[in-house]
Amino acid sequence: MVGALGKNFATFASRLRGGHGCDTAAAAAVWAVSKRFMSSSGESITVREALNSAIDEEMSADSKVFVMGEEVGEYQGAYKVTKGLLQKFGPDRVLDTPITEAGFAGLGVGAAMYGLKPIVEFMTFNFAMQAIDHLINSAAKTNYMSGGTINVPIVFRGPNGAAAGVAAQHSQCFAAWYGQVPGLKVLVPYDAEDARGLMKAAIRDPDPVVFLENELLYGESFPVSKGVLDPSFTLPIGKAKIMREGNDLTLVAFSKMVGYALKAADELAKEGISVEVINLRSIRPLDRETINASVRKTSRLLTLEEGWPQHGVGAEICASVVEESFYYLDAPVERICGADVPMPYAANLERLAVPQIDDIIRAARRACFRKEDMRQATA
Amino acid sequence: MQGIMESIQTLCSGDHGNEGFMQDDEDEEEENGVGRLTSWAELLGFGLAVFSEAIAPQLQCFCDRTLGFAVGQGGSREAWIKAVAMAMSLVRKAVKKGWVGALAPAARVMSQALSTASEPITLDIPVPFKAHKVETPSVTVETSAQELTNFFKTMFIMRRMEIAADSLYKSKFIRGFCHLYDGQEAVCVGMEAALNDKDCIITAYRDHCTHLGRGGSVLEVFAELMGRKDGCSLGKGGSMHMYNKKGGFYGGNGIVGAQTPLGAGLAFAQKYLKVEGVTLAMYGDGAANQGQLFEAMNISALWNLPVIYVCENNHYGMGTAEWRSAKSPEYYKRGDYIPGLKVDGMDCLAVKQAVKYAKEYALQNGPMVLEMDTYRYHGHSMSDPGSTYRTRDEISGVRQERDPIERIRKLLLSNNIATVAELKTMEKEAKKEVEDALSKAKESPSPDSDELFTHVYRKGYGAKAYGADRKEVVVKLP
Repeated sequence: MVGALGKNFATFASRLRGGHGCDTAAAAAVWAVSKRFMSSSGESITVREALNSAIDEEMSADSKVFVMGEEVGEYQGAYKVTKGLLQKFGPDRVLDTPITEAGFAGLGVGAAMYGLKPIVEFMTFNFAMQAIDHLINSAAKTNYMSGGTINVPIVFRGPNGAAAGVAAQHSQCFAAWYGQVPGLKVLVPYDAEDARGLMKAAIRDPDPVVFLENELLYGESFPVSKGVLDPSFTLPIGKAKIMREGNDLTLVAFSKMVGYALKAADELAKEGISVEVINLRSIRPLDRETINASVRKTSRLLTLEEGWPQHGVGAEICASVVEESFYYLDAPVERICGADVPMPYAANLERLAVPQIDDIIRAARRACFRKEDMRQATA
Repeated sequence: MQGIMESIQTLCSGDHGNEGFMQDDEDEEEENGVGRLTSWAELLGFGLAVFSEAIAPQLQCFCDRTLGFAVGQGGSREAWIKAVAMAMSLVRKAVKKGWVGALAPAARVMSQALSTASEPITLDIPVPFKAHKVETPSVTVETSAQELTNFFKTMFIMRRMEIAADSLYKSKFIRGFCHLYDGQEAVCVGMEAALNDKDCIITAYRDHCTHLGRGGSVLEVFAELMGRKDGCSLGKGGSMHMYNKKGGFYGGNGIVGAQTPLGAGLAFAQKYLKVEGVTLAMYGDGAANQGQLFEAMNISALWNLPVIYVCENNHYGMGTAEWRSAKSPEYYKRGDYIPGLKVDGMDCLAVKQAVKYAKEYALQNGPMVLEMDTYRYHGHSMSDPGSTYRTRDEISGVRQERDPIERIRKLLLSNNIATVAELKTMEKEAKKEVEDALSKAKESPSPDSDELFTHVYRKGYGAKAYGADRKEVVVKLP
């Protein structure tokens, strides 16, 4: 029934698009709505629900998987991501820890070395700095140092990057730091599908995975197909997703910034700039193939991240494209990043410290050598 | 009687001289001798001769010389006394002239029969335990000749291995860091006597002997130290990163103190999987002030984990004496709510007793701290002479009074488990074993260049990894 409805909308929408004097914005809206109704199940889940269900299913499937962190049990999770798990699996598998990151991260790594599959939650990745020695020296390097005899199948997860108004010590993005380390895998889900598929892949993975979530995305709903809801659903690690195809500019983003990128792409479409939006999904391994293939098509690159610019994720992407696709570039590579400052508290300053949609649009126009807003010209 | 004696003499005739204890033309003479037997007396004599021949050939000669003398003197009482006297002088001669070697096979047979005896021997530990919030274990230890002999052999091999590593480092076969364990052997050897393959050990960087104790070989230690293929970590880890997962040895960790929460994690996993084993998380007096140790202690006590925190207190954290780094150097008390024992770490038996006690405790009640009072003869590492922050007198004093190997040597001798000669043989064999392993390790090749990119991940998904020149070297990780 839903399918039939969707089909009618599609026919109606195409007639609208072909008709004279119709507003392209209206057509786009109808197109978007029809696309939603055309999904095979029409179900929407939040990122929080996606993560919760993924962890739940993996814990049911493998008794070696357990969850550990501050407030993950009785409090139901500081952000409710682990809601219900204590009730379902019991206190032997869902463990509330004291506020001792170095201690419990090390304990998790030791358990993983023995053969268990821990999911260690950091309330935010800012606190993981207290334990960073265990992530790098105990987890990431051990398989190599032991000549392959001891692997560490652990997942470190938690919110990363800026929330709203939490200021300097609670807003750092760690993607670039962890992304640099050989031996780690670093995943950055955006929507519910990413959250489910990547979390399941991370739990099943035999190596240490740093799973960078985003607090502001937990409550956002996304449509998911039936396949995504299946317990066997996983996403491949190291593969980016093209969220929106385009021809004029490649816009690479991850986590919350993917949403910004999509909105900016909608705006840019109005002035005839067709933007291809790539959702990285994985910082390490980095999907250089997808990025470069896209740039070879569009000839322009714009990277987008919330973190600090120097030695950031965008810097690596730009270097990769300049190295591998130099002769395809029609414009210098562009980066939009967080400001080079510790995160301020005042709302207006905070707004200046993180990328806004206008920043993305401005940089895109620069890459297209357009000086001004061309939207009026097409009206 | 005369007939018997004559037969025996004939059978055993010939001047054996100083070299050959074995007779030539033995069979021919026997046939001749047998052919001459005509009476029961002669048969008895023949039987005696056969009997004496049946014992080690050396004893045969010994017997027949004595017998021959007595017979030659007419078989009288005085003759027998003279024969026994001659026998004693023969023995003295044999020892003097080094014929002991010829007696050695017989002696060895007898000593082996003795040393493989697992008959329990009860001994008392001289230095008493000190306890914190727990009862001390008994100072009476049950051991055996076999166990004590194994202590000696194992510690001797470890000592030789570390000394060889010292030379290797000085001749630049070993690079980077090399932290030697000589002096501390009793700790890891005593521990192993109380553990089994269900237990786990994790330690810091002074790990060569600990690796050996958990089932590693001297060859793989040397090869790893020299960065060769046959090293236990394929040459990719080095001195501080030796592992043996099957043997329950989790390294080998370079970051001071980091191994203690890892050890708590191993114990967590043992409890989770219901394995009846404990984890010994070892650390030094230098690491004893690390915050993460206290975090690990807190969680393991809270969650009742079967972990034993073993502080190898060699009294110096690199160049800093314990009284300069710790407000309270009574490390066995530092667990506060966790009970602790202070143990003479130079005494294998004390270590064994303490670990046995702690294991029983930990399996029921959660963590315990064991402080092993031990000493390292070398400096902190090969780049530290070890004499700028302590006197040579102190080092030689400990070596003279408390050396763990000498202690066991004294026990073996005083309990008649081994003779000086037998111990010398064991030492010789140990030296040979270490030398053989060393020459084999020197022949082992360096790892192939491809190994640079292996084991970064267990599953690499074909991700690209780059060499120094990214346009030149790019590898897809398996």
